[in-house]
Amino acid sequence: MIQLDNVTKRFPGGQEAISELSLTVERGEMVFVTGHSGAGKSTLLRLIALIERPTSGQVVVDNQNTRFVKRRKIPAYRRQIGMVFQDHRLLYDRPVFDNVALPLIIAGIHHRDAVRRVRAALDQVGLLHKEKQNPQTLSAGEQQRVGIARAIVTRPKLLIADEPTGNLDPDLSLEVMRIFRRFNEVGVTLLIASHDISLIDRLGCRRIALEDGRLQQDIDPWQ
Amino acid sequence: MAVTRHSDAVAPVSTPGAFSIWLNRHASTSLGALGRLSRQPFASLMIVLVIGVTLALPAAINVLVKNAQSVSGSWSSALDFSVYLKRDLSVSAAEELGQLIGQRADVESVVLVTADEALVEFKQQSGFGKALDQLGNNPLPHTLIVRPSPGNTGASITLLQEEIGNLPETDLVQVDTEWVQRFHAILDIVRQTIAIGSALLGIAIIVIIGNTIRLDIENRREEIEVTKLIGASNAFVRRPFLWTGFWYGLLGGTFALLLVQYGLHLLKGPVTRLAGLYQGNITVISLSAAESSAIIGVAVFLGLFASWITAARHMQRIEPR
Repeated sequence: MIQLDNVTKRFPGGQEAISELSLTVERGEMVFVTGHSGAGKSTLLRLIALIERPTSGQVVVDNQNTRFVKRRKIPAYRRQIGMVFQDHRLLYDRPVFDNVALPLIIAGIHHRDAVRRVRAALDQVGLLHKEKQNPQTLSAGEQQRVGIARAIVTRPKLLIADEPTGNLDPDLSLEVMRIFRRFNEVGVTLLIASHDISLIDRLGCRRIALEDGRLQQDIDPWQ
Repeated sequence: MAVTRHSDAVAPVSTPGAFSIWLNRHASTSLGALGRLSRQPFASLMIVLVIGVTLALPAAINVLVKNAQSVSGSWSSALDFSVYLKRDLSVSAAEELGQLIGQRADVESVVLVTADEALVEFKQQSGFGKALDQLGNNPLPHTLIVRPSPGNTGASITLLQEEIGNLPETDLVQVDTEWVQRFHAILDIVRQTIAIGSALLGIAIIVIIGNTIRLDIENRREEIEVTKLIGASNAFVRRPFLWTGFWYGLLGGTFALLLVQYGLHLLKGPVTRLAGLYQGNITVISLSAAESSAIIGVAVFLGLFASWITAARHMQRIEPR
């Protein structure tokens, strides 16, 4: 699903966020990326989401070499990927329902189908009863679940999450991870950046550790 | 971008086509933009007022010029013109010709000014009396002053002048419309000035709307970034701003139209009184349907144009971080 081939990302200052990184994530895997802040976790996800372009090397996502995705085609490319952010990035000028419906509106899904799919997504994260509320009135954990519902409402094959539990206490974190786990069980590939190693260990998933932009460890408990 | 939740009731039963989706999307975006304007009623109203007044100005002057033209037109139709007859024509022949012309249906009256009368008049008015006395004979011809009947149009008067000009007895037809031509020349200058002024005011409107849209874009930066992050194209994020520009234009244009119509309504009373005093049939010409729609059309165009260039310029720059 994701294949990085000798990828380097150097920022204008000369600082390298990712250095000659190669890794593969298979379809249907749930993989955690760990490392200290500045280790390159976020940059890795940003390369996959085409927020950044690699300085050298190749990033192939779902058999598409991102190098050949033109600027104009980036929106269509991003619509195939669900994205979850540490700070949720919800829009606070509209209710939960409209936040979750946004990707469907962008994709041009008809209202009837959109309503059904938004409710289904909200149901999956257990927030169906809060669809009319403003995200601001929700707790941090609930807001993150709204963000997850928004990421999965288009039923992407790949979901990437940057520190999704960064602002949550352990109980809420576990709950969020369980939601991710359920998506993985129905075939969604997940790549989650996190520094919460104890939580990751409890889930027993493959873990890629980065340090200074290089691969430090790749532990797969199933192998 | 608000989602209607009761769409099930109105949505067609068949699977929606691309056009239906497109239409739906635009309908909700346009209503969303309108809703956004209504949430800041004071700011929106100010912009609409500015656009309205700015557009009403040239439109109103245009209407005034049109009215002035019609008034001057009715004057020129009642204009006398002079027919200078050949020098060798006798007074009696001139009288006969005058009577002949006077019988025409398109002529109201003919006055004969004989050469002698003309000379006396000229001596009195010009002050060249003594010099003229030196001349052995009278250099002036007999003249017929023809007043066309009121039913004439500009074209029929020209025809009448041509016909009289072609008579064998006629030397020259002098049309005393110079002042009308001057008046029209002045109107032309006024019209040119309006055109230049309108262009400048149009630019002002573009700047005003563009600046408002720019502020709007800045205020919604986060929203634009997030929507781009989850796969919105530039066209998608631009759309609500284009609709905002459209609404500004439509509302501003409508307001301008109302201003002009109200101004004309206020003028109607005094003009009717003036017309009564002159026993003329002067009426206020108001805007035609085509002109009214042109005002609104121009306003909508300016709104769309301004929002388009602003949104295009700023949308490229806002990329998700």
